[in-house]
Amino acid sequence: MTEPTATPPTATPAAHATPPLLTTPSQTVGPFFGIGLPWEDGPLVVPEHTPGAFRVEGYVLDGNGDPVPDAVVETWQADPDGRFDHPDDPRGAVRWKDFRGFGRCPTDVEGRYGVLTVKPGSLPTPDGGFEAPHLNVSVFCRGMLVRLVTRLYFPDEEANAHDPVLNSIDDPAARSTLVAKSAPFGYHFDICLQGEHETVFFDV
Amino acid sequence: MPLDTTTPQYRRDDAGSQPPLAWPDYRSNLLRHPHRPLTLLPQRLGEITGPLLGEGRVGPHDNDLTAGHDGEPQGQRIIVSGRVLDGDGRPVAGTLLEVWQANAGGRYRHDGDRHPAPLDPNFTGVGRTITDADGRYSFTTIQPGAYPWRNHDNAWRPAHIHFSLFGTAFTQRLITQMYFPGDPLFFQDPIFNSVRDPKAREAMIARFDLDSTVPEWTLGYQWDIVLRGKNPTPLEDEDDDDD
Repeated sequence: MTEPTATPPTATPAAHATPPLLTTPSQTVGPFFGIGLPWEDGPLVVPEHTPGAFRVEGYVLDGNGDPVPDAVVETWQADPDGRFDHPDDPRGAVRWKDFRGFGRCPTDVEGRYGVLTVKPGSLPTPDGGFEAPHLNVSVFCRGMLVRLVTRLYFPDEEANAHDPVLNSIDDPAARSTLVAKSAPFGYHFDICLQGEHETVFFDV
Repeated sequence: MPLDTTTPQYRRDDAGSQPPLAWPDYRSNLLRHPHRPLTLLPQRLGEITGPLLGEGRVGPHDNDLTAGHDGEPQGQRIIVSGRVLDGDGRPVAGTLLEVWQANAGGRYRHDGDRHPAPLDPNFTGVGRTITDADGRYSFTTIQPGAYPWRNHDNAWRPAHIHFSLFGTAFTQRLITQMYFPGDPLFFQDPIFNSVRDPKAREAMIARFDLDSTVPEWTLGYQWDIVLRGKNPTPLEDEDDDDD
């Protein structure tokens, strides 16, 4: 809105009281985050033995296709009803108890990570559409100065055809880097930091 | 069902205030940065929400890295305290901070650390805390040492403490490093210097603070951490995804 108003907006007083502050710069996690970041229950987005739970596993790979043994992968997702236990989700209370929605797993010496989770629901978008079920994924590692962000979609979802983010990527090969593969344990999802099969990464 | 609401949006950072994806001076970055430009991701429900972790993750003495062992760790005891704010100066309350660092001799308690400096049996170098209602946090620890790392000829990392923060949204997730004022090693460190904006670089350096210095006990440092700010109205199709 460009209309002048008699009184300043009151919804966000702090925004007008101080000039914007510079975001503190990101820095690498370095090689030794293993002493500080991993949690014993980090890979458990849902508790063990949750009905319908499966594992998402994969490798983090560098530009030579070599495994990255000093990376940490984090996931963030909605519950199976497509809801977030968060005040900025305006749709009210979530029904899933013990659902953390967040997973964290360092890669092992072979570059492999894994989390135990359940499939999230679709998410409504402001224009009346929806986003297909997906996980938001963060990747940190030695050698990387800023977090990389990607998404994991599920291969068996017809909703993928209508997903606005997948559809915003023209190159089918690039788009396919965001879709996991079915596996006996759940889903397999590799993250290629660079190279021919480089994963699509996002600016959020 | 359409989402009948105006969701908050988080401002993207100015170029130069964050490190670039590709920074060849940092050798292990060469094979670990994407070559394709990032794809702009509109901020929707999954981006403006995030894990609200804190209570239950932090034990009563987790913010004292000098405690929990049989004896006192070697080195200069320090208190690091400050506030976690968002880009509009609002305190971020109840957010989890995780820290890890080398000991006074510049060595991490990690199998991969081959620096021939002594391990300290009384120092693990790991801490956790959550911010209070005013966004305040505090750690007691020891001054970490500098250490060599073979990135280039005679390469030494300036002394630093690693910090990990969640904020309240996926967009605010931050892992960074806090440095100490007047460190003579800044000029040759490609990680510190990957931040091109001098003001942003300066924002990673703590300030010595006599007020939080405790007589006969510990030096005090102040360091405020700023997470991304929120816009009151949604922004559509910002055209800022160039490399």
